[in-house]
Amino acid sequence: MTRDEIRQAIVDIITDIAPDEDLSALKGDVRLRDQIELDSMDFLDIVMELRKRYNVEVPEPDYMQLATLDSSVNYLEPKLKDR
Amino acid sequence: MAARIVITGIGLTAPNGNDLATFRRSLLTGKSGVRPYSTRYMGEVLAGVCDFDELKYQKKKELRRGTRAGSIAIYCANEALADSSIKFTTMDKSRVGVYLGVTEHGNVETENEIAAIKEYNYDVKYWSHHHNPRTVANNPAGEVTLNLKITGPHYTLGAACAAGNIGFIHGLQMLRLGEVDLAFAGGVSESIHTFGIFASFKSQGALATHADPTKASRPFDRDRNGIVVSEGGCVYTLERLDDALARNARIYGEIVGYAINSDASDFVLPNSERQGQCMMAALKKAGIGPGDVQIINTHATGTKQGDIQECQGIRNVFGDHSGVNINNTKSFIGHAMGAAGALELTGNLPAFDDRIVHPTINVDNLDPDCALRNLVLNEPKQIDKVDYILNNSSGMLGINSVVVVKRYEP
Repeated sequence: MTRDEIRQAIVDIITDIAPDEDLSALKGDVRLRDQIELDSMDFLDIVMELRKRYNVEVPEPDYMQLATLDSSVNYLEPKLKDR
Repeated sequence: MAARIVITGIGLTAPNGNDLATFRRSLLTGKSGVRPYSTRYMGEVLAGVCDFDELKYQKKKELRRGTRAGSIAIYCANEALADSSIKFTTMDKSRVGVYLGVTEHGNVETENEIAAIKEYNYDVKYWSHHHNPRTVANNPAGEVTLNLKITGPHYTLGAACAAGNIGFIHGLQMLRLGEVDLAFAGGVSESIHTFGIFASFKSQGALATHADPTKASRPFDRDRNGIVVSEGGCVYTLERLDDALARNARIYGEIVGYAINSDASDFVLPNSERQGQCMMAALKKAGIGPGDVQIINTHATGTKQGDIQECQGIRNVFGDHSGVNINNTKSFIGHAMGAAGALELTGNLPAFDDRIVHPTINVDNLDPDCALRNLVLNEPKQIDKVDYILNNSSGMLGINSVVVVKRYEP
């Protein structure tokens, strides 16, 4: 997957998890939780969906890597680049 | 003297109506809410299915996170609140309680999760973190408090199919104890979303079948063959009379009598003697006798034995009182489980104004063992006055609940 595809994959997951939110203006370098309503249960949903859709495991110590869209892409790129 | 407790708001969703006016109209025009329904592992069964607007009071995210029972409860509570005209924004939310009867809770989500992890070879790392908050027994009531920002007590009352009445009774008790100033009370059911309830009734030989779904639920008919499972909900705003009068509330009726007892005789078979004792206890609490009641709404579910037992219980108490009219709501909507008693009582409340007894439908050949005097069959019946309505409910493990509502008089 390319960086753009990874980014889109994350946005698709968030679209399902936060269906009331407008994600069109989501900034890549700002914490997701500061832009849309996301609590810890939602965050666990993102982790679960990465597991289900892409067979990617995000261990708990790495959760903070998913704080922003940009950091998420950076973190997931090595795990998904060959998919 | 105990405080007088009145019904000041009603919210409901039934398979044949999403508000009291529509529900009542369906009951007076013979409109069923039973339809073919597909359930996991079993394929097509019959069920009472609700079609209320889930997004009227919930965001999509709340819907996704919560349960069907929670969604039904939120819809009904908000509808009751709107109907009551209570100024909720200025009310002390710590003095509001939510008390909802449920037959069961948690089976739906557990079955869903098991089906989901089957896709991953039963690897439990795919089991949702939402499972516990969805399946805790207080879930439907708790979702109401989250939605309406209520900070007073909330919980459900697990009472099999006697639960709807028990929600009302508990709300009344908490108001009388002074624990709360407003009670959201009633019952909810999401049971059609668990295949297990259908499968268990089928194994018991108690799941209704009929070529015409609208005729499958037929209490008291000779050819009845079981229960139609339904979803639904009904929630009241209950208040102490003084509080209701102080804000010029519309009053649907006053809960004057109630009783709950146990058969202590069988896991599933009802007990007419105990049912009769429960009715008597409720009448005594209301300070009235059998001859004072104009309408009895039966619990009868359409099983061979259950209907006969309840009829015997009613005969034991009301035997010669020809003024008592008897009807049944499950013949229209099936068995709404935790919501059943609440919906069934509510469908009769408009009779205080229009003095019409809605019928029990689908009785083509009355079972002689169910031939109660003044059973209102297939067509509504106009009567002269309605002062008292008695609502019967019973459930597995031998639990009976009765509520008596009086036409409001100052």
